[in-house]
Amino acid sequence: MLGLEKKDFRLLLIVIGLTLFAPIILNPFPAGSEMAQFNAGYPDLMQRFVIFGIFAIGFNILFGLTGYLSFGHAAFLGVGSYSAVWMFKLLSMNVLPAIVLSVIIAGLFSFVIGYISLRRSGIYFSILTLAFAQMSFALAYSVLTPITGGETGLQLALDDPRILGAAQTASGNIPVPALFGLEMRASYEMTVGAWAFTFNVGYYLAALILVLSFYMAIRIFRSPFGLMLRAIKSNQTRMSYTGLNSRPYTLAAFVISGMYAGLAGGLMASMDPLAGAERMQWTASGEVVLMTILGGAGTLIGPVLGAGMIKYFENIFSKINSQVLHEWFGFLPDGLENFVVTIIYPFVGKGWHLTLGIVFMLVVIFLPGGLVQGGQKIAAALKRKKTDDANPGASKPAE
Amino acid sequence: MSKSNFSRRGVLKTGAIAGAGLALPTYLRADSHAGFTNAPGDSEVVLGFNVPQTGPYADEGADELRAYELAVEHLNGGGDGGMLPTFSSQVLDGTGILGREVKYVTGDTQTKSDAARASARSMIEKDGAIMITGGSSSGVAVAVQALCQEAGVIFMAGLTHSNDTTGKDKRANGFRHFFNSYMTGAALAPVLAANYGNDRKAYHLTADYNWGYTTEEAIRSSTEAIGWETVNAVKTPLTQTDFSSYIAPVLNSGADVLVLNHYGGNMVNSLTNAVQFGLREAQANGQNFEIVVPLYSRLMARGAGANVKGIFGSTNWHWSLQDEGSKAFVQSFGTKYGFPPSQAAHTTYVQTLLYADAVTRAGSFNPCAVAEALEDYEFDGLGNGKTLYRGDDHQCFKDVLVVKGKENPENEFDLLEIVEVTPADQVTYDPNHPQFQGGALGTCNPGA
Repeated sequence: MLGLEKKDFRLLLIVIGLTLFAPIILNPFPAGSEMAQFNAGYPDLMQRFVIFGIFAIGFNILFGLTGYLSFGHAAFLGVGSYSAVWMFKLLSMNVLPAIVLSVIIAGLFSFVIGYISLRRSGIYFSILTLAFAQMSFALAYSVLTPITGGETGLQLALDDPRILGAAQTASGNIPVPALFGLEMRASYEMTVGAWAFTFNVGYYLAALILVLSFYMAIRIFRSPFGLMLRAIKSNQTRMSYTGLNSRPYTLAAFVISGMYAGLAGGLMASMDPLAGAERMQWTASGEVVLMTILGGAGTLIGPVLGAGMIKYFENIFSKINSQVLHEWFGFLPDGLENFVVTIIYPFVGKGWHLTLGIVFMLVVIFLPGGLVQGGQKIAAALKRKKTDDANPGASKPAE
Repeated sequence: MSKSNFSRRGVLKTGAIAGAGLALPTYLRADSHAGFTNAPGDSEVVLGFNVPQTGPYADEGADELRAYELAVEHLNGGGDGGMLPTFSSQVLDGTGILGREVKYVTGDTQTKSDAARASARSMIEKDGAIMITGGSSSGVAVAVQALCQEAGVIFMAGLTHSNDTTGKDKRANGFRHFFNSYMTGAALAPVLAANYGNDRKAYHLTADYNWGYTTEEAIRSSTEAIGWETVNAVKTPLTQTDFSSYIAPVLNSGADVLVLNHYGGNMVNSLTNAVQFGLREAQANGQNFEIVVPLYSRLMARGAGANVKGIFGSTNWHWSLQDEGSKAFVQSFGTKYGFPPSQAAHTTYVQTLLYADAVTRAGSFNPCAVAEALEDYEFDGLGNGKTLYRGDDHQCFKDVLVVKGKENPENEFDLLEIVEVTPADQVTYDPNHPQFQGGALGTCNPGA
């Protein structure tokens, strides 16, 4: 269906299902209960899940297929955000032109950077992209302050022109981003028993775009173009000996993934109309590399899972402070309680990086294929058990 | 694996179950009807403390968090009450805010506007915070202030010194107790004139970001008004750790004063470099060479060690102040944590009390009612003497302290001595002052 094989189509359906019911899946614990701390189903985080999912899918098209490790992808995300906010400032608060422009600008920008960086491969390519990204960050942070807002970030103001829309609302406030009047911030809250679920307009727009991006990524993975990219990854030297110029292919992959990053940046600005220079810093570029490797580089669903996992750690684990821990372990005797809290505390709250680091290490050592490989291993183990149960008398092949 | 699990019956069954789930009796949450975002229930109210727990200002953030915890304790009637008894407004009685127990959530801004906004949004959307406060950097404060304006909650700024927070980027839902670059310039200039004379040539090193620009501008215009000349102003990258190459040209530039518009680690490094280059012993234009650090904090002074001795700067508050409010605050902070509070701790503690007080006086948590109660509100007894929360730009006007690095510190906290308390009148400016132009407050937004 839709030009996809059955297996891929099922994967697409799973992604659609997950994104559609995310507000319910991510809020498994009743509101107000002790465990509500671990609920992730609030608009901001759900939006982040899908937006960084898009970012990671795009990054994976470059890294997973061609093996070119770009350490500067955050620059495209940042450029996308800045273009989107400028559209909000100059044109109107409609998110559509903002997102379209952010993709175009990020595409152009990645073409220029890719054209130069792709003259080298391997570590040299990584360093070149890193250098460009840091350059963009430094420019955005100080030199280009009139365009980027510098350290404060690019923000909307009451006196922006917004030629196609109202400069300010009737009550004298800055209008919020909307899709033809449908505000991105608008939410519908549903309460079922003790559970509260939030369905947010901005999230569903981002989720729709994620599904489209995912579909396009599948098509690219399964196309002759995708095959060519894989060939470049497996042995580029052989490719050039057979007389094939691989540069146009890598450049195309680079620009496509840059456009994905720009799309993510535009969406980020649409959900929260601010563009900060930190989005372009090397740590942000490193984050998408982590997401892709954590989830499984070169797999379709892996980067999305990795993005979700990292964002979950960043937003949920970082909020567990000592007060919360003391509440959890309040049932223990005082001395033991303090002891347990002292042991756990370095790994949560501001120490969430530490926990993430340990998880990342474990994944890289034991599951080089990322979370996807973990899933496959579990599935394989279950299946083996099932088949064994089903055919107890099946004869073993002769040795 | 090729067999599909999607039978018509399966799809229908799933659809029916999902439909039944959605059709269960549903109702919109109460806050949609209360007329403003996150209206609290009858028993408790949640405040959001958004401070840097990692990154360059983590020290300040940790101290802010201590102060917030202390403020919550005092509001809920615990501890010794801190500044509650000395506060000129006596409506807070230790029963929480409007009879609701104060709860709080914390978040890490990482000193990045993006991370700070994400953390603030999760407090508003997930934890139902009615007010957000904190921040140790102007970039973050400005970003979070704009977010709170959009979401319809009150923002009580923490440590933010840039003019823009209540100038170009001011918002109707945001309030700042801390002083700003302009006030630093206005307070510092007379002291500098008295100590260093009116015939001086200044050389500025400025951190290359928003706060650096506004501070340089403020110091420049106020020192030029007393007859100083600005020889040169050089921008330094924020991530710079070695300032030797920036300090070397200073001595031959004809300048006789070096102004370091740096904060935090930047200031510690640039000041150390300047002292190593022998600038303090140097002579220029027949006068002693001098160094000025516009914004001081105790945490920075501790980092720079003996190098701060005799160097002038300004600060919002210092624990050695002897008024009743300051003494009470230092007493209860010291009892709980074992050392005196920093200016960051003081401003965040005061902001929390001011918010609670405004809610109580307004009789409502509605951000618009709270804003109205805070605007043009005059109070006393919170450590800075008589203070006015001006309605035109939501900036506090109060006395500014000019301080000097102490020559003979008695302990590791006793690093600064107060040279002069500049009265509020002297640092008050017109809301349309050129350094604050280009923004509009807008109108208060109560959200949903």
